[in-house]
Amino acid sequence: MRKYSVFAVAREAMRAHKGWEAQWTSPEPRAQYDVIIIGGGAHGLGAAYYLAKEHGITNVAVIEKGWLGGGNTGRNTTIIRSNYLYEESMDIYEHSLKLWEGLSQELNYNVMYSPRGVMMLSHNIHDQQVFKRHIHANRLYGIDNEWLTPEQAKEFCPPLDISASARYAINGAALQRRGGTARHDAVAWGYARAASDRGVHVIQNCEVKGIRRGPDGAVTGVETTKGFIGARKIGVSASGHNSMVLGMADVRLPLHSVPLQALVSEPLKPIFPCVVMSNTVHAYISQSDKGELVIGAGTDQYNSYSQTGGLQIITHTLDAICELFPIFRRVKMMRQWGGITDNTPDRSPIQGVTPVPNLFVNCGWGTGGFKATPGSAHLFAHLIARGEPHRLAAGLTLDRFRTGRLIDEAAAAAVAH
Amino acid sequence: MTGANRIAGAGRLTPAKTARFRFDGRGFTALAGDTVASALLANGIHLMGRSFKYHRPRGVVSAGPEEPNALINVSRDTARSQPNVRATVQEVFDGMTVGSQNRYPSLAFDLGGINDTLSPFFAAGFYYKTFMWPKQAWASIYEPRIREAAGLGVSPKEEDPDHYACRYAHCDVLVIGGGAAGLAAAKAAAATGATVILADEQPEVGGALHFDTGAEIDGQNGYAWAQATAASLKAMDNVTLLTRTTAFGYYAQNFVAMAERVTDHIDRPQANAPRERLWQVRAKRVVIATGSIERHMVFADNDRPGILLASAARTYLNHFGVTVGRKVGVYTAHDSAYEAAFDLKRAGVEIAAIVDSRLRPGDGLFEKARSLGIEVFTDHAVIATSGRLRVASMTVVPNGGGSKRKIAVDALITSSGWTPSVHMFSQSRGKVAYDAATGRFLPGHYVQDCVSVGTCNGTDDLQAILEEATAAGAKLAAEAGHAEGAAPVPAGRNAIAWTGGMAGAAYGAGPDDSVKAFVDFQNDVCAKDIRLAVREGMHSIEHIKRFTTNGMATDQGKLSNLHGLAIAAEALGRGIPEVGLTTFRAPYTPVTFGTLIGHARGDIFDPTRKTPMHAVEEANGAAFEDVGQWKRAWYYARPGEDMHAAVNRECRTVRTTAGYFNASTLGKIEVVGPDAAAFLNLIYTNSWDTLKPGRCRYGIMLREDGFVYDDGVVGRIAEDRFHVTTTTGGAPRVMHHMEDYLQTEFPHLNVWLTSTTEQWAVIAVQGPKAREIIAPLVEGADLSNEALPHMSVVEAKVCGVPARLFRVSFTGELGYEINVPADYGAAVWEAVAKAAEPFGACPYGTETMHVLRAEKGYIIVGQDTDGTLTPDDAGVAWAVGKKKPDFVGIRGLKRPDLVREGRKQLVGLLTKDPKEVLEEGAQIVADPNQPKPMIMLGHVTSSYWSENCGRSIAMAVVAGGRAKVGQTLYVPMPDRTIAVEVTDTVFFDKEGGRIHG
Amino acid sequence: MLLIHCPYCGEARAELEFRAAGDAHIDRPANIAAISDEEFAEYFFLRDNPKGLIYERWRHIHGCGRFFNAVRDTVSDKFVMTYKAGQPKPDLSPAPGAAPALPADSRPVETYEATEGRAE
Repeated sequence: MRKYSVFAVAREAMRAHKGWEAQWTSPEPRAQYDVIIIGGGAHGLGAAYYLAKEHGITNVAVIEKGWLGGGNTGRNTTIIRSNYLYEESMDIYEHSLKLWEGLSQELNYNVMYSPRGVMMLSHNIHDQQVFKRHIHANRLYGIDNEWLTPEQAKEFCPPLDISASARYAINGAALQRRGGTARHDAVAWGYARAASDRGVHVIQNCEVKGIRRGPDGAVTGVETTKGFIGARKIGVSASGHNSMVLGMADVRLPLHSVPLQALVSEPLKPIFPCVVMSNTVHAYISQSDKGELVIGAGTDQYNSYSQTGGLQIITHTLDAICELFPIFRRVKMMRQWGGITDNTPDRSPIQGVTPVPNLFVNCGWGTGGFKATPGSAHLFAHLIARGEPHRLAAGLTLDRFRTGRLIDEAAAAAVAH
Repeated sequence: MTGANRIAGAGRLTPAKTARFRFDGRGFTALAGDTVASALLANGIHLMGRSFKYHRPRGVVSAGPEEPNALINVSRDTARSQPNVRATVQEVFDGMTVGSQNRYPSLAFDLGGINDTLSPFFAAGFYYKTFMWPKQAWASIYEPRIREAAGLGVSPKEEDPDHYACRYAHCDVLVIGGGAAGLAAAKAAAATGATVILADEQPEVGGALHFDTGAEIDGQNGYAWAQATAASLKAMDNVTLLTRTTAFGYYAQNFVAMAERVTDHIDRPQANAPRERLWQVRAKRVVIATGSIERHMVFADNDRPGILLASAARTYLNHFGVTVGRKVGVYTAHDSAYEAAFDLKRAGVEIAAIVDSRLRPGDGLFEKARSLGIEVFTDHAVIATSGRLRVASMTVVPNGGGSKRKIAVDALITSSGWTPSVHMFSQSRGKVAYDAATGRFLPGHYVQDCVSVGTCNGTDDLQAILEEATAAGAKLAAEAGHAEGAAPVPAGRNAIAWTGGMAGAAYGAGPDDSVKAFVDFQNDVCAKDIRLAVREGMHSIEHIKRFTTNGMATDQGKLSNLHGLAIAAEALGRGIPEVGLTTFRAPYTPVTFGTLIGHARGDIFDPTRKTPMHAVEEANGAAFEDVGQWKRAWYYARPGEDMHAAVNRECRTVRTTAGYFNASTLGKIEVVGPDAAAFLNLIYTNSWDTLKPGRCRYGIMLREDGFVYDDGVVGRIAEDRFHVTTTTGGAPRVMHHMEDYLQTEFPHLNVWLTSTTEQWAVIAVQGPKAREIIAPLVEGADLSNEALPHMSVVEAKVCGVPARLFRVSFTGELGYEINVPADYGAAVWEAVAKAAEPFGACPYGTETMHVLRAEKGYIIVGQDTDGTLTPDDAGVAWAVGKKKPDFVGIRGLKRPDLVREGRKQLVGLLTKDPKEVLEEGAQIVADPNQPKPMIMLGHVTSSYWSENCGRSIAMAVVAGGRAKVGQTLYVPMPDRTIAVEVTDTVFFDKEGGRIHG
Repeated sequence: MLLIHCPYCGEARAELEFRAAGDAHIDRPANIAAISDEEFAEYFFLRDNPKGLIYERWRHIHGCGRFFNAVRDTVSDKFVMTYKAGQPKPDLSPAPGAAPALPADSRPVETYEATEGRAE
């Protein structure tokens, strides 16, 4: 693999960039792999990379139905944070955040991790109680998260309206300074390049049509649009389509797939220095390096694989954004789109073994999978290589829906009284 | 004169009406109807912007919404400053201020232009390969600089004072686009009596007829026919004709969103007029008549100011009366550019030459050019241009190479053909199909009830378009139920043809990658960037788009997408359809946030719910807190009191005399019917059979998974009638939950549910003097302990108003809750206040309510429980009927993790220092000196200063908490560690005698 | 914004009036207290999440308030049909092109009939 650097770029600039090679190769599939990862998003590509790098398993293929990173990897609003409440969540998201901090260097690919700070707005006493609970839990767990007064929040994010007369006035905020954003495509491409360099086969435009199992019930390979491909182990990480893929092996999951929409504005000169989220009014906003305001909307209420959603979801989100940031009312929406998110009943992911031997699953990241990418990939590789979960992912099993040991971050923020 | 390049007698604007505006500080005069672009061109100004990445000087390219370059800032005043406006769409109004963007210090001299010099370094995707050393430098050094250089316009700095409107509309047939096709379709549909909405994005209908002045329909000039047709449509009651209205989104089930520009073209809009209006139209059928967009030629240096689309030059001349230059070159691969050259020539403009990349143009064009004295080079290419801020020359060679000829020009118009606008069709989830014969993507498989007509459907000949559109209009109207009446097919002729041309790089723009041949102007994507992406392994068109940013600018690739695709296909050695097309996403053109928001701002961003007593409370000095959509009185500070003092006083007063509290927001559901008790048996964990009429019981409700969902007091009014209360926030979902089970799981039960939350106003009167206070107001009820003991209810009159009088308490004191019809709430509240005054009782708010109930250890679902606690965890296991055969949650409750040892349980906490008030949300540990990550046992759920206990009190959930009573645990704070003792949850009146009065 | 036909009101109305309520035809076990942990997880959590036709529940929450069932294509979001709660699951599996078997009274009925019918 040719190392990327400022010198390499300068050298290529002298010769019209003719010397760059393909970032990843596109080989024909082998007859047999040690591991097949189904799903060429950043989670799957990352898992393949860590299988090769940390577990010495290089006879690996990542099989993607469409193009790499074309699912939720390339459709999300790229928010990164780790200030979750439960230990199970903190473990995995903080593990991930630590990997984000060195990912560009690890992959020799600038994924543009930008710790601009993620600020979550508190609008009432209940929010405040919930946020304080997070802040204290995070602090004792070694994760940064701090409480800001409304004035401090405005200083951190000048466009914010903190007037007391607002419909949902702000009474404070929780800020994780290490939180931020990254460049989503770069994460997928960076992992693909680094994995490919270590011998992993990245196979695009190849749809899995079936999962073949041996007499002992264990997986033996996958039927694809490019024919049968053998595998000793299979990891499924096909966000948006996990129910269908696992269904091929008769594994049912507690998932429902719903559209999640997002939008960007036209590009503007720098105006918005951080990431701001408000769960109370449902708004997520940051500004990309290109200058677009990147705004996450809510999910539609029904199951759908359409990658679109209703306009009312978008307008409701913009209602909230412009309540918080009234100066943006004249800004224009340039593009809206949708992704398919796999949601579990407790909104926490499932990563673990399945009832089928040698078939592993990584799914249910809901609306928050991007931030988990390196951590999830790293732990998924461990799961596949060792056949059992890493300590940090031990709570994410499918079995928790039988036992009732749910990891319900949303319920923890329950609104009642 | 309104500009040296205005051609007398040309165009449709009236010289008598003018408007003055300023551009970058310089004053100009425009004609009414001018766009900013046409007005500047009339004054010889092409330079209107700078590109995104290289900051190259850029001129206007188009005359329509597809414009990538001429993006300007328009303002009326400082608050009404609008960035990224397309100069080709914005109409001039008198007094407007226009500024250029993305340049410093000036448009002509931009320091950011250094990027252009360094452009060999800044190839597509270069930023993925560098800026990685040192590790922290990306966020601290590189990224801020990249951000400063990027971005286009400047965000408004003040809140937008304008307002926006919205309309919902239904129609039989919606026609998108008011060109020849759309008008014909609308006319045919309207003739049947069907309701028709026609929307067109321009100020006047006509579409391509704006520039295609040769076209004739029904014997008259096409543009005149369009206006006459529009006038006749407008006169019909069943037609709504909207101009300046862009259909931008096509959603499921023929739901089309459109943005109407209402006042942005008016110099002094009425104060109450909206700036823009959002139309959300549900149409039975949709006609898509969105026309086509001309593509530029991709050749070296094709981005200099003065180089623009041929159809744009024709529009500026034929509609605005403006020539784009005095010596105009033409570079084309399509016949339609010839018409532009002919029109300009006839208007007295010199045509330097027509360079045609094809072997020969369409029939007769070569000869016609000759006859007009225009030199034509066929099978030639333009391989270079010169001129920094305005094109000065073009260099022409034969295709494949040969002798160069440099020709001086002051404008260069180009066309490589027309791209059918399939955006709306594609948004409707229809599948486009590649037509290899004509090299176009056209509507293929339809998913929704719509039809494409005209050039967006690949139909070329004007007569064929009119026939197709008329037939479609009639057919769709019939499908919508209007088959009567027909319109004749208009007769059209002599319009330009639309097929042909080329996509991709012209000769000289590759494969040599040393030249800049722009594909996407705004994002500075050149042909070589697309080839680079392919070399780097980006083989999917989506990867190529994302790697190069081709088609991701504000014009969303209206000019560039097909070119980019063709260049990629060539580099990949594949056919265009195998490479595929990127997805068309809404909006078609950018839409103002304000337009999408409409009225949903400020107080009506979300409904505010106020109780019937709100105004009285406000007058009494209440501070309010938000609880969901409700405003609840938080505390009543008297002069000189802060919140703390007020709450302490209220707490003291309730326990020494009495207080009254507005509990109206509590959810209330009337459960009625012969099976009402049986139903509640299934919904609550408690048993209801034994509850006698006139008595109340505290009930716990679970979800099927066994976790606490809601709680509240339920009163049995009669054998078949229960008055159920829920938490304030839980009311709607509890109602939904009950309806769900009643309708779908227990439909055999004969029960009705009615939400009565807003029908009852509720006044809680609590404290030792409560009975004495309310007694004079009550008629028809015996308030004695014997007749109305704790947890009972009676129907009586209070202040002469029919009431449900509950003897219940959430304070541990003798207490009543007076429920009266909401309309009487304020009056009864005031009567209670008056009756309370002699006793020294006071009103109290939610904060005092919280403190008093915590003193008694009463939980608040949602604060002390959080959706992960079982009744046992919350210390209310006594409310779960052990012998009940079934209730919602019965099985979930028995799952392994819900019955394991060591679950978090609700306990009390007392700080060792009685003055120390714990912070709600603070975490609890056994060993405060352990390293991080610490093992956390639980958290503080409720914590207050208790004036009545003379110390702080707290409730918490702690792992295995009840077994830890008496133990010392620790609450580590950032600056200190607080020692606490685990206790039970009752801090005041542990014997509970007070409640019985 | 979907357009949803309420089988009780007999009208197609905007999605804003409705609330999605999850999968249809999942009966709460009559002996729920006696089922195993696995059976409970199956009943309460596991779903097919189909790409294609889904049988789902909606409630006309801002209209008549009734729960009803729908068959919808999760790829196109198009409704195949809606029908009243309690009606059998329509079998839409017959040969491609054949008309689906509709429940006998899938014809819209008036609102008053629906509510009056329960009054006995």
